[in-house]
Amino acid sequence: MPSRTVIPFGPQHPVFPEPLQLTLTVEDEKVVEAVPSLGYVHRGLEKGAELNDFVKNIYLAERVCGICSFMHSWTYCSCIEELLNIEVPPRAEYLRLIFAELSRVHSHLLWLGLYADAFGLESLFMQCWRVRERSLDMQEAAGGGRVILSACTIGGMRRNLDEDMRRAFIKEVAEIRRDFERLVPVFLNDYSIKKRTVGVGVLSKEDAQSLGAVGPTLRASGVRSDARMLGYGPYKEMDFEPVVEEDGDCYARGVVRVKEVLQALDLITRALERLPEGEIKVNFRGRLKGEVFKRMEQPRGEMLYYVRASRNKNLDRFRIRTPTFANIPPLLKMLPGCDLSDVPVITLSIDPCISCTER
Amino acid sequence: MNLVHLAQAKSPWVLHYDASSCNGCDIETVACLTPLYDIERFGAVPIGSPKHADMLLVTGNVNHKSKRVLRNIYDQMTEPKVVVAIGICATSSGVFHQSYNVLGGADQAVPVDVYISGCPPRPEAIIDAIIMGAEKLKKKWKEEEHPVKRSNQGSDTERSTADVG
Repeated sequence: MPSRTVIPFGPQHPVFPEPLQLTLTVEDEKVVEAVPSLGYVHRGLEKGAELNDFVKNIYLAERVCGICSFMHSWTYCSCIEELLNIEVPPRAEYLRLIFAELSRVHSHLLWLGLYADAFGLESLFMQCWRVRERSLDMQEAAGGGRVILSACTIGGMRRNLDEDMRRAFIKEVAEIRRDFERLVPVFLNDYSIKKRTVGVGVLSKEDAQSLGAVGPTLRASGVRSDARMLGYGPYKEMDFEPVVEEDGDCYARGVVRVKEVLQALDLITRALERLPEGEIKVNFRGRLKGEVFKRMEQPRGEMLYYVRASRNKNLDRFRIRTPTFANIPPLLKMLPGCDLSDVPVITLSIDPCISCTER
Repeated sequence: MNLVHLAQAKSPWVLHYDASSCNGCDIETVACLTPLYDIERFGAVPIGSPKHADMLLVTGNVNHKSKRVLRNIYDQMTEPKVVVAIGICATSSGVFHQSYNVLGGADQAVPVDVYISGCPPRPEAIIDAIIMGAEKLKKKWKEEEHPVKRSNQGSDTERSTADVG
């Protein structure tokens, strides 16, 4: 009987930019049990949102997570728009899609960099982040901020694209694509990446469905599921097809994200070419009443917003279910049986966003 | 000031801890390490272990659970050490000031030397803060070698705050 050792992994760990604690029980080098401990980033955001005016909550919703902050503000605004029966102008909807897909590009490139860093490919990490800076420059030029934009508001958008910028963006997207395509073969074919990821942390299709995985973690296990297939916003006009891989290991999860970057760049180009003319914002008045659920696809998977209000300027209840929270049970399924040295790679492969999870 | 101390002040090893940030400041801190901003040209190297670090970069406000962790990390660092609070949350808890689980800025847990505001601050501001922190580190080395009598000093010595941007 090999002796068991308990190893604390985190909360402060060089692999993660964020604090996540896993208590790992290991037998020799094999992990037999992993227990997560959450709450290091809990800020009480949902309760805080009930204390604010519903318009001010946009700024709070953006700060659920700094990486996918635009998606959060879009989801929150569309919840409020549904309660107020606002018809958002088509140009604003297309601009929202462009910003959302830009943040998907920067989020996935960020993740691919951290992923490369997790198995020691530091120059690949640097290259990914170098390409990512171009998408941040686009966000800054159009939205005014590198990370948190505050460009989305109730009834539309606060920032418009002029014709020169639209043309420049189409060119810039093509250049990001060209830069990124030089990195793609490394992620797909490199010997050391394959050695570290193929067959590691396998999540079967049945497990992925029964444990409620979402996003790239689910799609890498062969399930065709993406909230963008619901056709919210302009996605219904985009002939959207989700990226699906069959193997369910860390390699497949990486491949899904690599292909999603290329797909997001395609979506941005298509949206920029079809960008309708017209207003970008409608004014609104009135008080909120009723309740609403919204599902949208974040870079990490599907998220769910619930808003309830009863004619006050404050919300009665604000609830967010974020993708990383849904992906933690599948992670705990992947970890037992793996080597201790693979724990950082497997944990990163679900793209954990702790500030989303704990809010 | 001997050569080793001068070298250490010129090349601070930085440790990053997210006390309870929304990730915005974290990714900007990591962006400082990458080719466009490249903080290594100022000698700062990111490091994983608190025992090797000279400078602690704190992002996000302190909550009930992260206070102890932050304090532990700070206590494990060797003297002299510098703490940089990155972003408005680490400075004064910012947009989350109403929340029940937020105790306040990073100074609720550890003494802070440099504050930078912004939500999130730009990488240039973070680089500026790290350089200011390095200056502070040099001052602390000097003080360690030639201790000054406490009674002669004003209130603004090593606990003072240098505001940037």
